[in-house]
Amino acid sequence: MNELWVLAELGETGPKKVSLELMSKAAELTGEGQWLPAAVVLGGDEAAAQRMSEYGAAKAYLSQDDRFAAYHATAIADTLSALITEKQPIAVFIPATNMGKDVISRVAARHRLGMLADCTSVAVREGSLIATEAAFGGSLLVDCICVGATPHLLSFPPNTFPAIKQPTGNLQVEKVAAAINDKVAVRIVDRLAAPTKTVSLEEASIIVSGGRGMGGPDKFAILEDLAQELGAAVGASRAAVDAGWRPYSQQVGQTGKTVKPNVYIAVGISGAIQHKVGMQTSEHIIAINKDADAPIFSFCDLGVVGDLFEIVPRLTAEIKKRKGG
Amino acid sequence: MNIIVCVKQVPDTTAEKRLAADNRLDRASMENILNPFDEYAVEEAIRIKEAQGANITLVCMGPAAAESALRKGLAMGADNAVLVSDPLLAGSDTLATAYVLACAIKRLPFDLILTGMQSTDARTGQVPAAIAEFLELPMLTFAAKLDVDMGKRTARIQRQAEGGLVVLEGNLPALVSVTKAINEPRYPALRGIMMAKKKEIKVWNATELGLDTSLVGSSGAHTKVLAVRKPAPRAKGVVIKEDPDTAARKVADYLASVKAI
Amino acid sequence: MYTLTEDQEMILSVVREIAREKIAPRAAEIDERAEYPWDIKKILCDADVLMLAVPQEYGGMSQGLLFQCMVIEELCKACASSGLILMIQGLAELPIELAGNEAQKRRYLPRLATGEWLGALALTEPQAGSDPASMRTRAERKGDRYILNGTKRFITNADVADVISTYASTDPAKGSHGISAFIVEKSFPGITIGKHENKMGIRGSTTCEVIFDNCEVPVENLLGSEGEGFKIAMRTFDRSRPAVGAQAVGIAQGAIDYAVEYARQRQQFGQPIIQFQGLQWMLADMAMQTEAARQLVYHAAALCDAGKPSPMVSSMAKAFASDVAMKVTTDAVQILGGYGYIKEYPVERMMRDAKITQIYEGTNQIQRIVIARALAGTR
Repeated sequence: MNELWVLAELGETGPKKVSLELMSKAAELTGEGQWLPAAVVLGGDEAAAQRMSEYGAAKAYLSQDDRFAAYHATAIADTLSALITEKQPIAVFIPATNMGKDVISRVAARHRLGMLADCTSVAVREGSLIATEAAFGGSLLVDCICVGATPHLLSFPPNTFPAIKQPTGNLQVEKVAAAINDKVAVRIVDRLAAPTKTVSLEEASIIVSGGRGMGGPDKFAILEDLAQELGAAVGASRAAVDAGWRPYSQQVGQTGKTVKPNVYIAVGISGAIQHKVGMQTSEHIIAINKDADAPIFSFCDLGVVGDLFEIVPRLTAEIKKRKGG
Repeated sequence: MNIIVCVKQVPDTTAEKRLAADNRLDRASMENILNPFDEYAVEEAIRIKEAQGANITLVCMGPAAAESALRKGLAMGADNAVLVSDPLLAGSDTLATAYVLACAIKRLPFDLILTGMQSTDARTGQVPAAIAEFLELPMLTFAAKLDVDMGKRTARIQRQAEGGLVVLEGNLPALVSVTKAINEPRYPALRGIMMAKKKEIKVWNATELGLDTSLVGSSGAHTKVLAVRKPAPRAKGVVIKEDPDTAARKVADYLASVKAI
Repeated sequence: MYTLTEDQEMILSVVREIAREKIAPRAAEIDERAEYPWDIKKILCDADVLMLAVPQEYGGMSQGLLFQCMVIEELCKACASSGLILMIQGLAELPIELAGNEAQKRRYLPRLATGEWLGALALTEPQAGSDPASMRTRAERKGDRYILNGTKRFITNADVADVISTYASTDPAKGSHGISAFIVEKSFPGITIGKHENKMGIRGSTTCEVIFDNCEVPVENLLGSEGEGFKIAMRTFDRSRPAVGAQAVGIAQGAIDYAVEYARQRQQFGQPIIQFQGLQWMLADMAMQTEAARQLVYHAAALCDAGKPSPMVSSMAKAFASDVAMKVTTDAVQILGGYGYIKEYPVERMMRDAKITQIYEGTNQIQRIVIARALAGTR
């Protein structure tokens, strides 16, 4: 039977949430039994494979080679590539993370395969996979299919699909060898820890973001407090990053990150197009701004006109209260 | 050291986008600029040149008008440029683009290839890795910091990862894509602009490059667009103006209603 | 038709980028703090913009006065004070370019081009504004030096300048024919910078007194010959007045652009206010007047570039453009209504900045005298 694969991206404790999300979707698409949903777990262990099966994998290709930890994306790309040559799945879903982007492009180039990136949805129509890409920051939706040789490669950002537990019961594990081409290998030399543990913007389900209206770097403390209560990540508009108040890694927008959290709270952000395209597909958008004419009020779900310095701390306190604190 | 910087000309993003009849971007209808992400790559190349000495060649695939993007890079301080331009290339997808750039790069000496991490128009970020694959090179992507050691023939980058930064290293020749965190691009100075006139832009077409034309252009595409549509408009939201306490309560109510708290 | 070369197009586009990305975000702060914007100066120098004020033979990259005016306009759209950085450099170098000998040009012009040295021009005195011929600053020849004594007032950027082109009287009995021009370096003994004025507008430029107290200026720093000073000053004005006109056009255009954008967003009575005919007519007049001013400035500058400077046309350009800027910025404040009156919105600053253009470089009353005399055939 043909197989639909999900490349699992692994974190410190097992497959990252995005891997589970893609696995859930793959399982849903193969629900009628026309294809077998399988997980490709490279650099993980049996537990990681089992985790993928909790979310719908009927089969797992597992490589427990230590070298995956020492090498960066090319080791995964090489191994996945070899597996593709051998097993010929019909499609591979890949997380659209930095790692995933490196992998998908190298594999696509090696085998001359069609790839659809950063898709916002996927469906099966007449036996083919049709995916939707968002162009121009979500202003246009483009429905595409891959043509030519299989597997077709599709990547999806975190938070595109829900992660739904659907254990298959009987996981078939096939052990595979790592295929690593030293010529193009990239070695992981060091890891420098961040000063504080933060939720990554792309994976956060709630983001609290600050813009020019914050007025300065210290003022972001009130957003960090709010984020703490919500378990949210903190983002920033380009204005705040250019002013040196926040690092570029936190910038949301056209030249920063595109995010799709469940809730996006824009504080002191005007909502100009360059920021809008980075967050407009968020499920729920809340805006707090003292300027009633700010563009953000035209595309938010709940807009609050007022002084953010008065409202945000009170919001944090209110949430704390409701949590029973 | 020979550094190649891959650059792209893109529409000025503040302008209106238009699609032509065949669902391809109508590039003629707007102002075009050097892809802002590529400016960081050009700047990084110039900094390496200032520190260790290098010859910088810009490589670009695009219509003849893309020369103005190349001129900007030359004005910033690159030494020469190559433009691959041919009507056959129109409609090329990311793999085809990477193939064309790789073919052009093969004809040039290089120790290091720099690219921006993505373009502001297509934003797929797929081309750098594909170029690395076609040229069988190590790739160090999303670099926030780059160090090149010509003695050891290695390139080392820092990039964002979960929980902090990760340091990656690969042997030269290698491909490095850079993020905006890596530097602050300079404005082309007047002297640079004047000197750019004298710098060479070689133009190569598909035949001169010996391209397999079945792999490029619309016919070489690996994906097909079925339809283009506007997303369903967002339902109109509610805008409130209350005293801070009431406002805070209403936001908390909303968060509860969408199960955020 | 005024067509630009490809290089000039690129230069102008870089200037626009700098204005949009670096200068505009700082404009309000510069005005608020009334500080010379050293960071902007550095950005402009790094991009070689100050070179536009100096001829190519002397280390500059001048593309002519017309092009310089276009650049000044772009800078002043974002911030009139930042535009002055280029304008004053031009003002200081003009006497040297027009009347200097080889040695003087080689010493001063290249450094003014790179911005290594900043320039200023000292003409006005407490008792000599519109009537510069009545200046009292004396320059007495003593051996191989001139000794300068006197006070200059309202000198733009005097405190940051390294080189001040200065006018003083070497022969008071001869009135305007007794005035001479000198290149004074700040490091010469006997110069003090006096009080900084607290100004209504262009607050990012510093305006000070310069006090000469037995200031020793080497004989080699006399520009031209003794008694030529007034003529040098007049020739300088032919070129500096269109530049002030360009500044005024830039200020006006910046105000129009902001007012239009505001009027498109602001809704009253259920529609954007730009739909109301009353405002449409105001905006149309503002745009018309600004375009007319621009073309007059271009014409005055083009005449200079063609080697046929016209004092009358230069005065017209300066007077007309500055009067337009004052009207346009006042109207822009009006269009913004209450918001136009508060400092959070830039138009009140633009209005305050516009006023000086009607006053300095010769008041608009003096400009009208120049024009009338040219018409009447007297000088």
